[in-house]
Amino acid sequence: MGEATNVTEVPLPQGGTVAVKPGDFRTEEMLLNIGPQHPSTHGVLRVVVRTDGEIILDSQVHIGYLHRCFEKVVENVTWTQVTPYTDRMDYLASMYNNLGYSLAVEKLGDVEVPERASYIRIIIGELQRIASHLMSVGTYGLDVGAITAFLYCFRDREITLRIFEEVCGQRLNYNYIRPGGVSGDLTDEMLKKIDDFIDYFLPKIDEIDNLLSMNGIFIYRTAGVGILPLDLALDYGCTGPVLRGSGLARDLRKDEPYGLYEQFDFDVITGKGEKGQLGDCWDRYMIRVREMRESCKIIKQALAKIPEGKFIEPKLLKNVKVKKGESYLKVENPRGELGYYIVSDGKKGPYRCSVRAPSFCNIAVLPEISRGCMVADMVVIIGSIDIVMGEVDR
Amino acid sequence: MIFGGTMLSNGLVFARYSLAEWIQGLLGDRLEMIPEWILFPLLMLAGCLVIIGFITVFALFAIWMERKVSAHMQCRLGPMEVGFHGALQTIADGVKLLGKEDIVPRHADKLLHYLAPIIVFAGVFPLFVVVPFSEKILISDINLGLFFVAAVGAVEVVGVIMAGWASNNKWSLFGAMRAATQLVSYEIPLGLAFLTIILLAGSFSMVDIIHQQEGWLSNWFLFHNPFMPIIFLSFFTASLAECKRAPFDLPEAESELVSGFHTEYSGMKFSIFFLAEYAAMYVVCAIAAVMFLGGWSTGIKPLEAWLADSAGNPMREVLSNTVHLVVIVTKSMFLVFVQMWLRWTLPRIRLDQIMHVCLKVLLPWTMVAMVATSAIELCWPGGNMVLTALTIVIWSIPLLWTLKAILDMTVGIFLKFVPSGR
Repeated sequence: MGEATNVTEVPLPQGGTVAVKPGDFRTEEMLLNIGPQHPSTHGVLRVVVRTDGEIILDSQVHIGYLHRCFEKVVENVTWTQVTPYTDRMDYLASMYNNLGYSLAVEKLGDVEVPERASYIRIIIGELQRIASHLMSVGTYGLDVGAITAFLYCFRDREITLRIFEEVCGQRLNYNYIRPGGVSGDLTDEMLKKIDDFIDYFLPKIDEIDNLLSMNGIFIYRTAGVGILPLDLALDYGCTGPVLRGSGLARDLRKDEPYGLYEQFDFDVITGKGEKGQLGDCWDRYMIRVREMRESCKIIKQALAKIPEGKFIEPKLLKNVKVKKGESYLKVENPRGELGYYIVSDGKKGPYRCSVRAPSFCNIAVLPEISRGCMVADMVVIIGSIDIVMGEVDR
Repeated sequence: MIFGGTMLSNGLVFARYSLAEWIQGLLGDRLEMIPEWILFPLLMLAGCLVIIGFITVFALFAIWMERKVSAHMQCRLGPMEVGFHGALQTIADGVKLLGKEDIVPRHADKLLHYLAPIIVFAGVFPLFVVVPFSEKILISDINLGLFFVAAVGAVEVVGVIMAGWASNNKWSLFGAMRAATQLVSYEIPLGLAFLTIILLAGSFSMVDIIHQQEGWLSNWFLFHNPFMPIIFLSFFTASLAECKRAPFDLPEAESELVSGFHTEYSGMKFSIFFLAEYAAMYVVCAIAAVMFLGGWSTGIKPLEAWLADSAGNPMREVLSNTVHLVVIVTKSMFLVFVQMWLRWTLPRIRLDQIMHVCLKVLLPWTMVAMVATSAIELCWPGGNMVLTALTIVIWSIPLLWTLKAILDMTVGIFLKFVPSGR
């Protein structure tokens, strides 16, 4: 019997046919939906990946499941009514969203901020950065399967949330930093509590290092995975820990200081490729852990020299007068550069308010850096970019 | 008399049905009116029921223990509401699972989907036939005990692949493929560890292996020569992978594959997978205890001699069996605890790395240790006190270091000031 008679032509989904002999395995690529309901997509991210077995050939990011028309809604409200909406964008760093918006409005409206309020903003903002990074580090542990690290981080984050609750009555969406200052003062008792927290928390960062960052399996999983070269990061407009992980010391708190950041002494952490290559997942992760130490440093300095005085002009709590014009202001959110572009027509509220969301820009690089990795790595890479879907979709 | 002797011979395989014989012996004359061919199967069935009861209670306890261990490692309390410190929580959960709807995906292969949990169950529970609890409390001492474990244990992977394939879900399929790669590969280091023990004991039988290790603690195979701890570590690692426990829980990696091969299972079918996992945990730990830690032996020679001297003293026999039962269960439970401890500490390994660990780390090391052990056994049959002393000295360094780390983590935490939440 001739060999040719046994060959069958099998059609391929992408067109054409392939010759299959008996005993041959016919393999084909598989489309896999990661998300929007998946435990490790940090919300409702949906990534459609084309896989060859466990190897990812290509991926496509689908967003928009959490779109709430932020930009349209805020056209119909007053200047002070916008802040609760900004809370709900990056819900893990609400304070910083408030801060960016308030600074943008203050810049356009020439609003004077009391010095005490500026210090409070820095203390609370850095505390928020710690809380946000703890969330990121903890859930990253969860992504690689280290559940205990996640709960350690949540235990400490809980303390910061309790401080926020005492400061403004809320645990997640604060509406605390308003145009013109902050909505409530920090009493001496609260300042003491924040100081105690920093003293308690610094050794706990070492605990996270021992348990997770320096764990052999963790390094094995994250080092050399999802490498983001610096030029690619710049091309895609990545900012924050994702950009610094690729080795560029870009931090708006240092480069273009806002608030009173120029008065504080801290280091900008950059990735060095210690465990694998420059710009891998471990670098991006480690930047967040190390930034928590820097945040503690800033809070300590701010607590030492916080002045007495007002925290807001009471009439500003009602509404702000903003003249006609437009302004753009960006701040260093825990996830990167958060920019507010505000247009005013001189009325009670913004004519237009557009947001440059760091997560939105950072997630765009995912298909580039996840090509050729395994399905398990995909989860690790998504975690290392640290997205918040509320901010991506707005 | 079909079952009259102590052995049931069937070609190569023969077995002693210890538990059934013991019950028969204890009840003695009172059962004489019942013909032996009825009585003996009945007694065997009774023995099986005792063991199945143990497994069920153990699984309930182990699930509660897992939740408590993880909770206390994570600064939580864990279940506290149902019963004393939540001891009855698992029963409450089990009742809830029983009442749940059994969902089969629309395009699933219904037959395979139905069969998969049964096969997984069938791959784990028969292992208890050879798992010894004491001299008398074991269902059957098969002369090919370890072989039986290796053979029956390998059935489980069929069920797992079936579950993943039949679910018609891509995540389940990934889980099944990972399970196939992982479980089959890790049987090799497992098998090499079995071989080493068989080489030392000269027998496949669990009871024989334990008898070889009686006497002082230094008779345990773990201390036989400096290479045995390597075999032990390799066996323990491979057994973690065989149980699909973290850091080798790739087939069900919840952060990657949602729930892996049992994503599409609900209700009682899901709980059978769960039960089988916990039962497998105990089995591998009990086998590790038998192979390396002297099984039921207390490691104190005079005590062992006193317990063994039970001729015409039924109370001493009962006492001896009780002590042995407690000893082997304690040893196994300690290893189960170590499994839980590792699960709640370590991140998960990736698929290619898991193969690297198996084929490039465990396999060569086990192979070297096995060859070295056989050479030593050839030179000094039955072991050598100098080698044992050397083993203890060499391996006490990492052991003490681990102990120090444990003490730092447990006692140290109480010594440190931990502020309560504010």
